Amino acid sequence: MSKVAKPLAVFVGLLVIWHMAVSVFDIAPFILPGPLAVIEVAISRADILLGHAAVTFMEILLGLVFGTMLGSASALFMAYFRQARSWLLPVLVVSQAVPVFALAPVLVLWFGYGMAPKVAMATLIIYFPVTAAFYDGLRRTEPGWIDLARTLGASKAAILRQIRLPAALPAFASGLRVAAAVAPIGAVVGEWVGSSAGLGYYMLLMNGRVQTAAMFAALFILAIMAVAIYFAIDAALRRLVAWQPEADPAAFT
Amino acid sequence: MQRPNRVDSDRGPSVSLRLRDTSLGWDNSELVRNLSFDVPAGTWTCLLGESGVGKSTLLRTIAGLIEPRATTQVLADDGAPVAGRVAFMAQQDLLLPWLSAADNVALGARLRGERTDAARVRDLLERTGIAARGDARPGKLSGGERQRVALARTLMEDRPIVLMDEPFSALDAITRVELQALAFELLAGRTVVMVTHDPFEALRLATGVHVLSPGDNGSHIAMVPPGNPLRDPTDPSLRDSYRQIMEALGKRGMTGSPASAAA
Repeated sequence: MSKVAKPLAVFVGLLVIWHMAVSVFDIAPFILPGPLAVIEVAISRADILLGHAAVTFMEILLGLVFGTMLGSASALFMAYFRQARSWLLPVLVVSQAVPVFALAPVLVLWFGYGMAPKVAMATLIIYFPVTAAFYDGLRRTEPGWIDLARTLGASKAAILRQIRLPAALPAFASGLRVAAAVAPIGAVVGEWVGSSAGLGYYMLLMNGRVQTAAMFAALFILAIMAVAIYFAIDAALRRLVAWQPEADPAAFT
Repeated sequence: MQRPNRVDSDRGPSVSLRLRDTSLGWDNSELVRNLSFDVPAGTWTCLLGESGVGKSTLLRTIAGLIEPRATTQVLADDGAPVAGRVAFMAQQDLLLPWLSAADNVALGARLRGERTDAARVRDLLERTGIAARGDARPGKLSGGERQRVALARTLMEDRPIVLMDEPFSALDAITRVELQALAFELLAGRTVVMVTHDPFEALRLATGVHVLSPGDNGSHIAMVPPGNPLRDPTDPSLRDSYRQIMEALGKRGMTGSPASAAA
């Protein structure tokens, strides 16, 4: 109970401070609207906001699916074919030196204004943490397990599938948690660069019209969505590695 | 204790091993050269020696897990290859944490994509005294229970040669003694090579004891303690063997007798 109550109390406290600051310092609503104004807009434009939220949600979700699939496949490929590793790993690392945000205009140019470039952005952002963490996990299998499996007559493929892969799941889970946290960034940046729908697009639009309260409403919906996605994935991952001893540093709730 | 013997029925005759001109060490440095000794069929042979001398490397070589160095020869008396006929048991139980105890026992069949002999798994869990914990994951088992599962997994393969690398060293004294006796009983008839740091363990279980030292085969000391295993290591008749082992291990005037060390 207090696990939920404590952060909630902090959140409500921050809203109160925000509200008081706006009224005490008499801040203009187009600079910083009070929380009540934001809630009011969020309710009055709920249908519009939710429509944009659905678009952004789909972009994040598809990005997560594709990024996780591509990342897992790359990690497994490098783990199984040792030679591939020396070819691919440097490329992978160098590719991360290119800011994904800088690629956004190019992706829009290639994939148009629809959902595709945003999904591509989210995929790119998710791909690296998943690949790096999963590959790391696959590489660090307890050597005794592999020795044992070899004396038991296991093939290389069987060792990868039945020992190295499950053993790497905790590392994979860490990578996916990071990915889940950064995935919304990819989608929103993609929307900023060029789009006609989505919360990022709506925020930019409202910003241009100096409807700051609407912008904040979109921002809050985005934040709630991001947190919900994170916890849903976290819960799923906990089930996946339920066998792991309880000492999870990622658990902060 | 009378138990059904069907688990051991299809194993075939015991196998003895001969090690010839074995060299042990790291990349370019050889610690032990020209080591040769025999491992008699159906008995326990214990290897002692200071840390880093290559005891574990020797086990891994016998198991075929690493390429034998230079002249090393590991031969079985029936002429067939040794690798593929060994079961391996290490200091860490090496249980997979995501599988239940029973599934860990059946790991070999799972890895080879064969059908699991569930009746045999149950039988072995019973014989190792953990029938009630078959569904538990390793994380829920005590150290002793985990090593019992590892023992059952080792027996599941029914290999004529069993290699053990300090299998009991992580256990508390009472559990260790219990598991030594259990392993000795269940592995009867198999050729066991065990690495240990504990002279008492060697004196309790081994038919032949080998103390490895850096250098040529000549500096390796082989002995056959009096009496038959499973011995009582505090028996006064083992005093000389104990002193011999300690001297071979220490070589710098280390003294002590079973009586004083056991006190």
